[in-house]
Amino acid sequence: MSITGATTTELLERLERGDLTSVDVTSAYLDVIEKRDGQVKAFLLVDREDALRQAEAVDKKRKSGTAMGALAGVPIAIKDVLCTKGVRTTCASKILENFVPPYDAHVIERLKAADAVLVGKTNMDEFAMGSSTENSAYQVTRNPWDLDRTPGGSSGGSAAAVAAAMSPVSIGTDTGGSIRMPASYCGVVGLKPTYGRVSRYGLVAYGSSLDQVGPFANDVRGAAVVLEAIAGHDPRDSTSLDEPVPSYTESLEQPLRGLSIGIAKEHFVAGLDAEVEKAVRAALDVYRSLGAEIREVTLPHSEYAIAVYYLIAASEASSNLARYDGVHYGHRAEKFNDLIDMYSASRGEGFGAEVKRRIMLGTYALSAGYYDAYYLKALKVRRLIRQDFDKAFADVDVIASPVAPTAAFRIGELVTDPLAMYLSDIYTISANLAGIPGISVPAGMTTNGLPIGLQLLGPTFSEERLLRAARMLEKHTEWHKLRPPV
Amino acid sequence: MAEPLSLDKVQRVANLARLKLSTDELQAMTTQLGRILDYVDRLSELDTEDVAPMAHAVEVSNVFREDVVVDSLPRPEALKNAPKTDGRFFLVPQVIEH
Repeated sequence: MSITGATTTELLERLERGDLTSVDVTSAYLDVIEKRDGQVKAFLLVDREDALRQAEAVDKKRKSGTAMGALAGVPIAIKDVLCTKGVRTTCASKILENFVPPYDAHVIERLKAADAVLVGKTNMDEFAMGSSTENSAYQVTRNPWDLDRTPGGSSGGSAAAVAAAMSPVSIGTDTGGSIRMPASYCGVVGLKPTYGRVSRYGLVAYGSSLDQVGPFANDVRGAAVVLEAIAGHDPRDSTSLDEPVPSYTESLEQPLRGLSIGIAKEHFVAGLDAEVEKAVRAALDVYRSLGAEIREVTLPHSEYAIAVYYLIAASEASSNLARYDGVHYGHRAEKFNDLIDMYSASRGEGFGAEVKRRIMLGTYALSAGYYDAYYLKALKVRRLIRQDFDKAFADVDVIASPVAPTAAFRIGELVTDPLAMYLSDIYTISANLAGIPGISVPAGMTTNGLPIGLQLLGPTFSEERLLRAARMLEKHTEWHKLRPPV
Repeated sequence: MAEPLSLDKVQRVANLARLKLSTDELQAMTTQLGRILDYVDRLSELDTEDVAPMAHAVEVSNVFREDVVVDSLPRPEALKNAPKTDGRFFLVPQVIEH
């Protein structure tokens, strides 16, 4: 088995046994990046020498007999929305074209402490606003399964990097489906943790009450290892919760006995592609054969989730992105009349169309006379959505659903219709509003050869349950072993 | 609530948001925001009279830390990404007339 064809589980075993060095592994992945990224365009930045230096340091540490971190020697790609000390961090925006953070995000510190090898920064929708990675100011990432299609978004670069075997694991962020949806489109595992599970310190803010950092991986164990490394309390993020982090990897192989899976009738309605539905139902059959019980639940406010999300996320974005003023960092316009004009011109030049749209929507929703009707109303319906989940999880352990209504759409197909693009997040967005965790796990292929994911949602802090449930499906299917044609 | 969005109003919001938009951008924005607002208007169907707003997914309040002095970012580091500085401060165009 080739290095880059291996699962993260196999890779970790071979590194630990000493069959492979981190330099072997890292060079193998860097070679794939060199060969394939010209087409896929998953990375905004790759520093080959630096990656190899990190790998050498890990190998040296291992030789010395020191206890090793959980990701020792494993290459990992990072969405370009997390601050990396001394390494350019752009959020795929022109406004941060030359921004070099003076500190590492909490997640980056944790990955370094786990002895991971950071191979590069991945492309994304500008400021994580989008569902196709087409909103990047720099390049359009392509789906490795079909280069005419999108990898999904906003963490499309990180998902495509794992799918194309340019990295076994990667980091994304999920504000309204931005990990799970690209994971599904690219045929990899992607997990959005409970809000507060992973520190947001050093994560460039978009929708602060929704943003969470999480892993992509080429197998469920990979996602478990990465989550275990990055989860946990950090006093620098006041919304980070002081809850113990279970050993997700230790319990992973234990199937859940008496698992009850909910399916919501609201999820199987017009607009859902027949092949996607078939794959989801087939996955449910696998669970049934393993002793799980399938029960119907109801999430009556799901149809309002997208409206609630776009009001809340845009409102938070309009406030968060006020910091890009051309004063402390980022782009400053060359021509302006006065201070106010300098702000407006710098922002007008630096932000792309979707970012402007969301800042405008948020400013409008928060402005005098509209606050009650839009923002406050959205916060109230947000509670109703959360209550739907609380009721459902009183009856079932997890809720299974599609990740997206269709498999990957074509590049350019939705980019001119912002509202249609928003609707591609219909199955994922509620979890962010409710703060609950969700995972996307490979569960099928369309007749066109495009991956289909299954989404599992659980109550807050049920990541262990979700990973074990995902592993049950993975163990009894072969979907995660399929790789895109080269 | 469902009054049509005017170009004028969109320009006012752009001023509030400190965004300089071209005439074409303003046109497109008016149409697109109008459609999005039409879509989100569906929330008005719901009776939320007795529902408390939910500002955060995990409702924690009054998170305190120990009141200890820690190092902050050194000044040169903090100024390094600024478009214009004099080595001590961030520089902006003159705000107050002499």
